[in-house]
Amino acid sequence: MSFLLTHLPVLPIVLPLLAGVLMLFLGEPRRGPRIALALASTGLQLATGASLLFLTSDAAPFIWTEGIGVYAFGGWPAPFGIVLVVDRLAAVMVTLGAVLALATLVYSIARWDRPGQPFHTLFQFLLVGMNGAFLTGDLFNLFVFIEVLLAASYGLVLRGTGTDRVRSGFHYVAVNLVASAMFLIGVAVVYGAAGTLNLADLARRLPALVASDRILFDVGAAILGIAFLVKAGSWPLNFWLPGTYAVALPPVGAVFAMLTKVGVYALLRVGTLVSGDVAAASMVGQALFYFGIATLLAGTTGMLAAQHLARLVSYTVVVSTGTLLAALGLGIEALTAPVLFYLITSVLTTSTFFMLTGMTDRTRPGSAAGARDQELPEPAVAGTPFYMAFGVREPDPYGTEAEVGFAIPRAIAFLGLAFVSCVLLVTGLPPLPGFIAKFALLSTAIAAAPAAGVTTASWVLAGAVIASGFAGIVALTRVGIRLFWTVTARTTPRLLVGEAAPVAVLVLLCVGLAVLAAPVLGYLESAAASIHAPQGYMLAVLGPAPAPGGSP
Amino acid sequence: MEAVYALAIGVLAGSGVWLLLRPRTFQVLMGLVLLSYATNLFIFGMGRLVIDRPPIIAAGAPGYADPVPQALVLTAIVIGFGTTALFLVLLLALRALTGTDHVDGREPRR
Repeated sequence: MSFLLTHLPVLPIVLPLLAGVLMLFLGEPRRGPRIALALASTGLQLATGASLLFLTSDAAPFIWTEGIGVYAFGGWPAPFGIVLVVDRLAAVMVTLGAVLALATLVYSIARWDRPGQPFHTLFQFLLVGMNGAFLTGDLFNLFVFIEVLLAASYGLVLRGTGTDRVRSGFHYVAVNLVASAMFLIGVAVVYGAAGTLNLADLARRLPALVASDRILFDVGAAILGIAFLVKAGSWPLNFWLPGTYAVALPPVGAVFAMLTKVGVYALLRVGTLVSGDVAAASMVGQALFYFGIATLLAGTTGMLAAQHLARLVSYTVVVSTGTLLAALGLGIEALTAPVLFYLITSVLTTSTFFMLTGMTDRTRPGSAAGARDQELPEPAVAGTPFYMAFGVREPDPYGTEAEVGFAIPRAIAFLGLAFVSCVLLVTGLPPLPGFIAKFALLSTAIAAAPAAGVTTASWVLAGAVIASGFAGIVALTRVGIRLFWTVTARTTPRLLVGEAAPVAVLVLLCVGLAVLAAPVLGYLESAAASIHAPQGYMLAVLGPAPAPGGSP
Repeated sequence: MEAVYALAIGVLAGSGVWLLLRPRTFQVLMGLVLLSYATNLFIFGMGRLVIDRPPIIAAGAPGYADPVPQALVLTAIVIGFGTTALFLVLLLALRALTGTDHVDGREPRR
């Protein structure tokens, strides 16, 4: 038991890594064991996430001091070895990621995961990177995990065929490689100035830095901030995002809804630690607010202009990133908990929405997706299909293979209900938690503004968030009418239980989030309090501070 | 030595950024490669340039060379190598699918 407890923080990384590697040994025909492995690994991650949530909460203060668990790789103590640190924020993010991953996995098994060996392996490696990025307590380790995450995401985004996908994938990879170079430069400058990469050690050494080093450090932090903003999809560094997300397969888009939030998380984590006494995420300072508002407006414009549902949903990802960045950029500490609540609901929502696009696409009669019974169209372009390069048969998600599983009755009614729920969630209308999140965000921002001296900015944020919600209603209503009410020549898609159930479960989870908003917000407030008091983090990782005047 | 080193990084990074902004895919690839060279050298330089020193604290040695940036560079090289190889495959796929080597997959209108 105590063995398990000691090694619990590393499980979200080790489990998918083992599962992913084991899958490499299961040949393509052995689908059953592979799916079982994937489900077991993801389910165990969810269980681990839930236990981490419990262990970091007030309910179990006796296990980890201050609710912060530290796992030292190989037993090397903190400033020298690499550590994993579990605090409440990390536990929340890991659990959220696991919920999303499990839903997406079930959804993808219904139809989208063939050929499954590369898909499931990449999916597990994506989870390795994601969980690692949330848990790590070391700046360079953060880089490595984000690279693992990105490498898996490159593979996932290129699944399927078509010129669009390869072109968008090309842009996606190029932008992220440049961002990775920026990240490395930032890490190097920070190391050169502060002499350590352990986040807690950085936070502790920072006040003692001499002025010339401090300037260098700030430059490094700013470069890091730019790299994080690219990952988060902030304007003007986000033109790759809508194109890539819209052409990716629906389950891939669904799990990518979480990827931009890794950037936001990194910003929040590193920002609160290195800025010490200054308010939240002042790594990029005031600029973060303006970046956020610009992102929000760009996303809103994109939503109004988008013609296809998948593209529209990608722009809602941009809008949610913009809202998060702008709210963090206000620098009001009380805002962190509503921001986290908004992050959770927006991730769940956009993910559900991406899954939904995979089903509504099939109602379009002319689309390849609608033509399940007809001959599948060959890849439009003559020449080498992309997958030929790897000697793999193209994935054929629309089913020349026999479909496994049961179809659900009244598919259109289900689609309509799910669509309406998603619209309510995205635009922030009551009674679903999208409303609660935005309401908590705006009321806190406006209530705290006079004290924090950012009144105008708060009102600008309120205006922009409400305007983007309104624009979202307009755009989604238009798409909804086209999808469901212009009935001529629509085909009724055959929905499998495996696809419909994750969507239903995620929507119900959102309803549950609305009902249990008070305890969830309470937990997030304690998480926010803990990240705004980095002394607890430093104490847990490094132990008591040495007496001042000791050896440097 | 510092000046030469800094100049080398600057030239590599400058050429990398210029190539990165060119419209042909192979130029972008070369730009990324040069940029990652510059980054790796930069990380190395951030450990301070010293010569003839062991990478560990040894008795009798006049000092030591910081081993951490060397480890970081090693990791960065491996990751950069992998992603560049993937990028190359993608470049070839794009070329095969669209018949052009423009980054947008189509020739600009003249």
